[in-house]
Amino acid sequence: MSAVRAPRVLRAEQVSIPAGHGLWRLPMISGAVGLVGLVLAFAFRGGDPKQFAFSWLFAFLFFLSLALGALFFVLIHYATQAGWGIVVRRLAENTMATVPVFAVLFIPLLMGMSDLFTWVHGVAEGKDHLLMSKAPYLNTSFFVIRAAIYFTAWSAIAFYFFRRSRAQDATGQTSVSLTLKRISGPAIIVLALTQTFAAVDWIMSLDPGWYSTIFGVYWFAGSFVSFFALMTLMVVGLQRAGLLTEIIGLEHFHDLGKLLFAFTVFWAYIGFSQFFLIWYGNIPEETIFFRHRLEGSWKAISLLLAAGHFIIPFFFFMPRTIKRKPRLLALGAAWMLAMHAVDIYWLVMPLQHPHGFSISLLDVAAFLAVGGVFFAVLSRLMLGAPLVPVGDPRLPESLSFENV
Amino acid sequence: MTPALILAEFSTPAALYRGCERVRDAGYTRWDAHSPFPVHGLDGAMGMKRSMLPWIILVLGLGGAATGFLLQAWVHSMAYPLTISGKPHFAWPAYVPITFELGVLGGALAAVFGMLGLNQLPRHHHPIFDGSRFSRFSDDAFFISIEAADAKFDREATAKLLSAAGATHVEIVPETP
Repeated sequence: MSAVRAPRVLRAEQVSIPAGHGLWRLPMISGAVGLVGLVLAFAFRGGDPKQFAFSWLFAFLFFLSLALGALFFVLIHYATQAGWGIVVRRLAENTMATVPVFAVLFIPLLMGMSDLFTWVHGVAEGKDHLLMSKAPYLNTSFFVIRAAIYFTAWSAIAFYFFRRSRAQDATGQTSVSLTLKRISGPAIIVLALTQTFAAVDWIMSLDPGWYSTIFGVYWFAGSFVSFFALMTLMVVGLQRAGLLTEIIGLEHFHDLGKLLFAFTVFWAYIGFSQFFLIWYGNIPEETIFFRHRLEGSWKAISLLLAAGHFIIPFFFFMPRTIKRKPRLLALGAAWMLAMHAVDIYWLVMPLQHPHGFSISLLDVAAFLAVGGVFFAVLSRLMLGAPLVPVGDPRLPESLSFENV
Repeated sequence: MTPALILAEFSTPAALYRGCERVRDAGYTRWDAHSPFPVHGLDGAMGMKRSMLPWIILVLGLGGAATGFLLQAWVHSMAYPLTISGKPHFAWPAYVPITFELGVLGGALAAVFGMLGLNQLPRHHHPIFDGSRFSRFSDDAFFISIEAADAKFDREATAKLLSAAGATHVEIVPETP
């Protein structure tokens, strides 16, 4: 019973990965996988540079959305002064701190820009009025400048929150929490704008004639739900490795499950809203997006998304029992991550394979490359500090948290 | 005087918690705990089972959604088919907002009225309010009440159990005439 339990104090070494633990090999293993992926991807790039560019974009967007989901989680966590999740906040901080790596992983996309984006080649005068009027926005130099702005903003926010939170481990200063709370609000505005424009630049402009005002939210919704899936898997994985077993309990899993459920519904709400308005309006510039995705075997992928990214998880995550069984919750989380990959594939690939999907070796290679690098950095960051923000003054509240 | 229930007062939430565990372990089924504020874990100490309310909400929520969808499908494609902005008569995407709204409405109404029904509310009076000190349950005192209708109820034995469980004051509340 929490009412009579004394507040618990955690020492850093109780919640750090001990020296010699098997997890110390993780950065090496992930790095090796990433290296194999990189070698394969670049070895086969020459054969089909266009496929390489699309495969890389798919892998890049999938893992970047996890990092951005983590960034938003940390910000909203401070902004709302949430108590329950302080025990899992450090895992999110480590995930968001991988953002600068994606600035490097963006370079292959710059190399493949002319294969990815038809607007790079410009439009002949008087040929396409819509594209002509978009030209001041959709041109190579402004595209690169915007990407630089996005990465700078994300890295700056992630770095600042990451550094201050780690510094608090030693000092336990309340002022750190208060400062981060004050900054989190404006930072959320910056993140929302940059993530929206990034979605426009990197996904929507693949089909330069098409537009949808809800599109940034759609990408955000997918990124946030898949981040909760990753977080659940990280916690279950660490606990199976014998870590944090006394720290993160069923009550925290219950909340992760609730958020997985909630944002699965949110994703469907946004996804359907986009489809609904385009279907209703029936304007060719807009319907082209769904025409591509309901043609040939893409129709099966669209139906898979509706069922697998919404209907099945909606009923799976609904019962309380599932949310309080970490193994089942982890199963659902792994499923959601897979579905998020399908979602990103569905957003990107119809432009490369308009008549039906076909999985290329380069898809696998790029996925291994980006994923390997992402997990190498993420696991290296986990080794560098306690897995729980031990200096947060509200940690005891999170440790004894119970759902009413 | 017919007893309606037995009322035991406890001075702290911890005492109430331990009292509940004793009453639970003694095998009583028709009893309740009263506290001015939520006590974490008290439902476990009382051995309470999960409410069936979620199932009521699920069934009526899905029922509402089905009603919304079928009503529109019937009206637009069978009862009074009209061609609107070139869409087919069975234009399912157009039905989704109303389907969603009626699903929410069914679920919300099921939650409110199901809760009232399971709590046997509204009722205008309960004998427990005749307890001499019971008004303090919303201020600074904690109570356990065991109904006389409970199969294990026995004036002396039950009072003894409650005193042994740490109650500071035990009284028998009579049935309201």
